[in-house]
Amino acid sequence: MQNFPILTAMTFSPLLGLLVIPFIPKAKETLVKWVALVATLPALGLAVKLFFDFDRASGVIQLAEGPIDWIKPFHIQYYMGIDGLSVTMVILTALISTICIIASFNITKQVKGYFALFLLLETGMMGTFVALDFFLFFVFWEIMLLPMYFLIGIWGGPRREYAAIKFFLYTLVGSVLMLLVMVALYLYSDGNTFNIIALRDQVLHLGPLKSNSFRVACWAGLFIAFAIKVPVFPFHTWLPDAHVEAPTAISVILAGILLKLGTYGMLRFNFPLFPDITVQLVKWIAVLGVINIIYGALCAMAQKDFKKLIAYSSVSHMGFCLLGMASFTSEGINGAVLQMFNHGTITAQLFLIVGIIYDRAHHRDLNGFGGLATTMPRYAVWTAIAFFAALGLPGLSGFISEALVFLGAYKNWPGLTAIAVTSVVLTAAYMLWTMQRVFLGPVNEKHKGFPDINKREVLCLLPLALIVLILGVYPKPAIDMMQVTLNGINQMLLPYGGKVASILGF
Amino acid sequence: MQPLDNIASLWYFLPESVLALTFVLIFLLDLPKRFERKRYLSPLIAAIGLVLAILLTIYGWNFPKARVFFGMITVDPFTNFFRLFCAATSLFTIYLSLRSNDLKNTTAEYWGMLVGVTIGMGVLAASSNLLMIYLGLELVSILSFVMVGYLPGSRRSAEAALKYVLYGATASGIMIYGLSFIFGVTGSLDPIQIRLFLQENPAERATLFVGLLMAFAGFGYKVSAVPFHMWTPDVYQGAPTPVTAFLSVGPKAAGFAIILRFVYTALTQYQDGFFIPLKYIDISTLIGVFAVATMTLGNLVAIQQTNIKRFLAYSSIAHAGYMLMAAASLNTEGIRGVLFYLLTYFIMNLGAFGVAIYVFNELNTENIEDYKGLSKRSGKGMLIAVAMALFLFSLTGIPPTVGFVGKFYIFTAVIKAKLYWLALFGVANSVISLYYYVRIVKYMFFDDPADDRTLVQNVGLVRMLTGFAIATIVFGIFWKSLAVLTLSSANLLL
Repeated sequence: MQNFPILTAMTFSPLLGLLVIPFIPKAKETLVKWVALVATLPALGLAVKLFFDFDRASGVIQLAEGPIDWIKPFHIQYYMGIDGLSVTMVILTALISTICIIASFNITKQVKGYFALFLLLETGMMGTFVALDFFLFFVFWEIMLLPMYFLIGIWGGPRREYAAIKFFLYTLVGSVLMLLVMVALYLYSDGNTFNIIALRDQVLHLGPLKSNSFRVACWAGLFIAFAIKVPVFPFHTWLPDAHVEAPTAISVILAGILLKLGTYGMLRFNFPLFPDITVQLVKWIAVLGVINIIYGALCAMAQKDFKKLIAYSSVSHMGFCLLGMASFTSEGINGAVLQMFNHGTITAQLFLIVGIIYDRAHHRDLNGFGGLATTMPRYAVWTAIAFFAALGLPGLSGFISEALVFLGAYKNWPGLTAIAVTSVVLTAAYMLWTMQRVFLGPVNEKHKGFPDINKREVLCLLPLALIVLILGVYPKPAIDMMQVTLNGINQMLLPYGGKVASILGF
Repeated sequence: MQPLDNIASLWYFLPESVLALTFVLIFLLDLPKRFERKRYLSPLIAAIGLVLAILLTIYGWNFPKARVFFGMITVDPFTNFFRLFCAATSLFTIYLSLRSNDLKNTTAEYWGMLVGVTIGMGVLAASSNLLMIYLGLELVSILSFVMVGYLPGSRRSAEAALKYVLYGATASGIMIYGLSFIFGVTGSLDPIQIRLFLQENPAERATLFVGLLMAFAGFGYKVSAVPFHMWTPDVYQGAPTPVTAFLSVGPKAAGFAIILRFVYTALTQYQDGFFIPLKYIDISTLIGVFAVATMTLGNLVAIQQTNIKRFLAYSSIAHAGYMLMAAASLNTEGIRGVLFYLLTYFIMNLGAFGVAIYVFNELNTENIEDYKGLSKRSGKGMLIAVAMALFLFSLTGIPPTVGFVGKFYIFTAVIKAKLYWLALFGVANSVISLYYYVRIVKYMFFDDPADDRTLVQNVGLVRMLTGFAIATIVFGIFWKSLAVLTLSSANLLL
């Protein structure tokens, strides 16, 4: 098993399910669901293996597969591998995908199509995180779009078609910009390469890349592509629509994994490929991060729709990743990636929780609930765990990453950090207010007979809640995996750090 | 290089000669009364002729580059690429025509003319003399006029043919007038001589520019570039659908062949992978402006279309714009970009038209609204809808479809030429195009069908479409063979 291609297996094992599903008779819906579940299990199992096998002391690419020539005339290679930046994301993807398949067992419309597309989506996500060839990365990046479009557009809520096309168009705008930059990097790199590691290890200086303005343009193209995905204000308007209209499991995927691709991309491309430009423009990343944090929180507070509230809370929480990345400190960047992981697990719970109540009440109007703590006491407990994790209660994982981000960011951006810290109050306010409106107060007559949370739903929430609890007290396993790589990325920026001091205007 | 005389040239002209014999044979065998009932005889002969032409082209692939018939025609890998491409297009058109309800009662002449157009396209792609360009263009045009009007009793078809004739006559008239300007200024009909002359004498700028612009009327008409595109929607809508599919791929490709050959041999000077424009002739900007106008207009107008054939007509205008973008970049990547894009366009556009034919056969409609719920119709509904979705996503340029690779080639060429403004227009247009292509996808998958008609007939067409859909994906992931083919074909005799 020495040379077993773990990453390839993790990426393409869901496709095996996709190949089987079309041949299952339409009537056997349960079989389709089980096949889909089984198809996600190899990735999950290998993710566990990764967790144990990953060499935490090393900052280089591990478990590399390739580079194998794919399209030789263009130097396009099949090259996969993971480092401290991607390993947590790969584990997160495997975990959330399996959970989402379980959470989707109540789908009744066009079951075969749903699960087939879902598995394709998983392949796309996994591939994006492990690809180390820019072209390969781009192909996976776009492969995610197609199933997502259909999953929102066919199985979504009342405004699904609008939400689906909006999501598609927004992301495509980003992708085409990324395509242009990818081509430019290929044409003007040493040895004309798409290999991300080779690009990272050279100083990009050939042809037009000599000029600062061209480098800024390339940086901006990549940044916008990723910012749309995060989403960074002002590119965030697709998110509330897509998250609200998508079916529960797809909202979970969107918030839990797809948003992380944005910040992942920034750390994978913007930071190492253009460290000088990153330093030049880092102020704006920090500012945008703070806007995201505050603006997202304020928007969340104003929502009456439960799911929209959670969607905006994602905007707010992803802002912490940006602020942490922009801090130039080890605490900050580690906090940022830990926040990516934690937000993935926490927000997944939140969307599952919304889904659970929506399945019963068929509405999400926050003012239409009330007193659910007496009808569904166990549901209330699960909700409390997720909510407290989201608002950053010490002892739960959200606190650790937010605290790290604040610690790191304060060193370089004291003023901005001071503004960002106020979000702790805002988040607590909207989360607790939501708790109060949904669970306390007089019981709504219509909701009296609701069954409490069932076993399948608990099975979805339990692993996530456990991770939140464990990382809340003992975040070392996660931080150990990422810190060597992330500190390395941070180190790359330091030679250009002279400019940081001069822009410390805040 | 010394041009070959007529006898020595024949060896290089085998594919066209075989097609010419096929052409004659089809008409001769139509005469005896006892063959009258054998409907499949003429298409069979045409197909055999085309296959032979393809085999002979492959056989002659490695012949040295040559100027034949006293320099009227150039045979090089570039020519061979278009011979293959056009013959393959005609071959698939034969299949589509046989499967289409539009052309149930065709006569032998139809197949004969299809073979004739194929000769014309090959000659056009190979011509290295201004007069030969004109002859090739006319050979393609005149036969296409007749094919467009081939729906007996259909007013739309007749109108389309008439429009096509009028536009075609005007365009080629303007073109030959423009060519006379070029001849007047440079004193030669041979692109290479023209280049040599212009290198020596920075010629009369204004006259030459007017001449070029007028010549572009003819070229632009063939590839339906704005502002010479006006005929396209009406002709595409009125013509029998297989003919439309053919026009959107074959003659368009031949048009691009001649644009590339003329611009790259006559107006630029080759140096290390770049074709440097001659002094005073900023041909790159000129084509670039045409490209932007073409793709923007095509995309914007496509949004409002309700008829699938008009829709695909505007989409084909937009794609001509993308290819012009590659042509504007004046480097080897640009030639490769156009060739590769033509290959991808061949797959996805014939596929899309194949679906249009299938839906017309089964549901008797060309209305886009009637594609609603296509995936939910029993029988082959899901299969056809998935295939169509793949073709449309490929036309948008989304991986892992082959259309994306085509776009990738084009943007590589454009960025290498440092035409960043053009690249930005290009990507903006890609995003616009998603909006209207996806509308059909939305109809097919998100909406419900208006009635419960099923899709069960026409297994042959379904098989072909499945093949094209698989090719869209397979060549989208493993396009090395196509890459090698275009790499060796982007080789002009300069």
